[in-house]
Amino acid sequence: MTALLEVEDLCVEFTTERGVVRAVDHVSFSIDRGDTLGIVGESGCGKTVTSLALLGLVPTPPGRIAGGQIRLDGTNLVGLGEKALRRIRGSRISLIFQEPMTALNPVFTIGNQMTDVIRLHEGLDRVAARERAAEMLAQVGIPIPTKRLDEYPHELSGGMRQRVMIAMALSCNPDVLVADEPTTALDVTTQAQVLEQIVKLQDRLGMAVILITHDLGVIAESCERALVMYCGRVIEDAATADLYRDPQHPYTRGLLNSIPRIREDRPQRLPVIPGTVPDLLHMPPGCRFATRCQRHQPICDSADPPLTAAGASQAACYFPGAQGDDHG
Amino acid sequence: MAEPLLRVRELRKYFPVRGGFPRRIIAQLKAVDGVSFEIEHGRTFGLVGESGCGKSTLGRALLRLHEPTSGQVVLDGTDITALDRKQLKAWRRRMQIIFQDPFSSLSPRRTVRQTIREALDTHAIGDRSSRDAEVERLLEIVGLRPQVLDRYPHEFSGGQRQRVGIARALALRPDFIVADEPVSALDVSVQSQVLNLLSDLQREHGIAFLFISHDLAVVQHISDVVAVMYLGKIVEVASATDLYRDPRHPYTQALMAAIPVPDPEREREKLVAPGDVPSPIDPPSGCPFHPRCPHAMTVCSEVVPPAIKVGEGHVVSCHLYGGNDE
Repeated sequence: MTALLEVEDLCVEFTTERGVVRAVDHVSFSIDRGDTLGIVGESGCGKTVTSLALLGLVPTPPGRIAGGQIRLDGTNLVGLGEKALRRIRGSRISLIFQEPMTALNPVFTIGNQMTDVIRLHEGLDRVAARERAAEMLAQVGIPIPTKRLDEYPHELSGGMRQRVMIAMALSCNPDVLVADEPTTALDVTTQAQVLEQIVKLQDRLGMAVILITHDLGVIAESCERALVMYCGRVIEDAATADLYRDPQHPYTRGLLNSIPRIREDRPQRLPVIPGTVPDLLHMPPGCRFATRCQRHQPICDSADPPLTAAGASQAACYFPGAQGDDHG
Repeated sequence: MAEPLLRVRELRKYFPVRGGFPRRIIAQLKAVDGVSFEIEHGRTFGLVGESGCGKSTLGRALLRLHEPTSGQVVLDGTDITALDRKQLKAWRRRMQIIFQDPFSSLSPRRTVRQTIREALDTHAIGDRSSRDAEVERLLEIVGLRPQVLDRYPHEFSGGQRQRVGIARALALRPDFIVADEPVSALDVSVQSQVLNLLSDLQREHGIAFLFISHDLAVVQHISDVVAVMYLGKIVEVASATDLYRDPRHPYTQALMAAIPVPDPEREREKLVAPGDVPSPIDPPSGCPFHPRCPHAMTVCSEVVPPAIKVGEGHVVSCHLYGGNDE
């Protein structure tokens, strides 16, 4: 049986003045209706480029999809023309961006922007589209939606704007919602409201949600499964419960340890991952995490470890699990 | 009992809002509205709040980077707000600031050496030759190799740039540093490195910090005392442990409940504060939190709650604790 969305060996490259950078390297995953998949990683790990690739939005040039497939209901989206992609974007796969102020057009009203999308994809007339827009705003918890339709983006707060983005993204009943750091620009109390809204809507509408974030806390509270990315590769793929209970990859383990948590017995120092992310142009030949890894062995420099079963999860590491973690 | 290093009394910073025709001042934005607290020598005072609550303005007003509208800032017995420019310059040696975005706070045209030396030159510390050695010593303290001395900010990663910013703040050997969201722009793995650096510096050099952040987990981790700010006012102050164990103000409770915790097995408390932070130009009457508060009473919209002591060093501004309970 094929899943709703299948990504297989996706590679995305960017040509820079200093050489070709592979921002996404053989990323594979699949997701079905009603599922929530988290993609987590630090800046530059390729999570946003992955989301852009799903919608055919990788800026070309300098970027290009260098390999792999993105199959939506069996149809490969890689290589589709702009016209075909336009029919898919918004109606079958929708994207919510991090910064709602830059994603909304400041000179058009909310209603204007929302009805545009609905009329284009659903072929509704002006009046019906406006009704649908108001209904969607009500669904995302915006009070007095008909009034909001006549307002401009600058008249709304950050949380409201992000809700408008969600309403717009969902207005054509997409099968897949890609949310790229949807709450990062928001305050924590607003973040909690928006995340709850996404979860609620998913329950009601049954779409697949891909949630991209740098925040392991957000993943823990909203996703069933998560991919951890590092330097363009998926280094761990696990059910969320397993990921946090028994992280396999030393990078995942390090990340989880280094987050300050609210607790009574505060450690004097936080455990750290030493060093920094290597330059994407000069990737080490073997494991990309090797230079920062405490479990580093000669084999790690020989070849990049493939994603293989480790514990209840999959990890790209020669020494997964808790082994060798105690010194250092 | 020892004198605290810094004592802030009823500090206010209002910004005039202009508009209308002809243009005139039509309102006052009360960014910091009557804030009082103390910071002990060598301790970290954490200040947490959401965007627009006035935490950054407060940090800057302490150093007079924003001129306070009223109130006192007493550092080691001297009221900073009463100093003239010349006197202030001398006092600036003792109080420094680290900014959030290490890219915009470092001059792109200056090397690390020039950036750090500037502070030493301005305040004429040591002679010319000893300053070079001092710059190298500072770099070593913050964990940068001397080879990077003649590099420019764009050649560094975010974490390294923040280290340069910290070295610059340390150059004058201050006893008080305002750290304004010093790790918010950094990735998790780098964030922990910089947090550790700050606590090491504090231990070794006895520096007191005002640590400002929107991230309660970070603040709780690094601070001895934590203050929660909402719409220009401090609504709760407590030791980091007490604040964790027993948050009293409904806003503090909402803030705690809203933080996503990296543990999928934790039962999520549903205590979400509805709505958004109101505009500080036209804040709600009475308690600023009352329109969002699940426990709001009639009195909350009418009377500004006084600061009520609920425990040793634990003060909360909320009418819930006004009666005889506890």
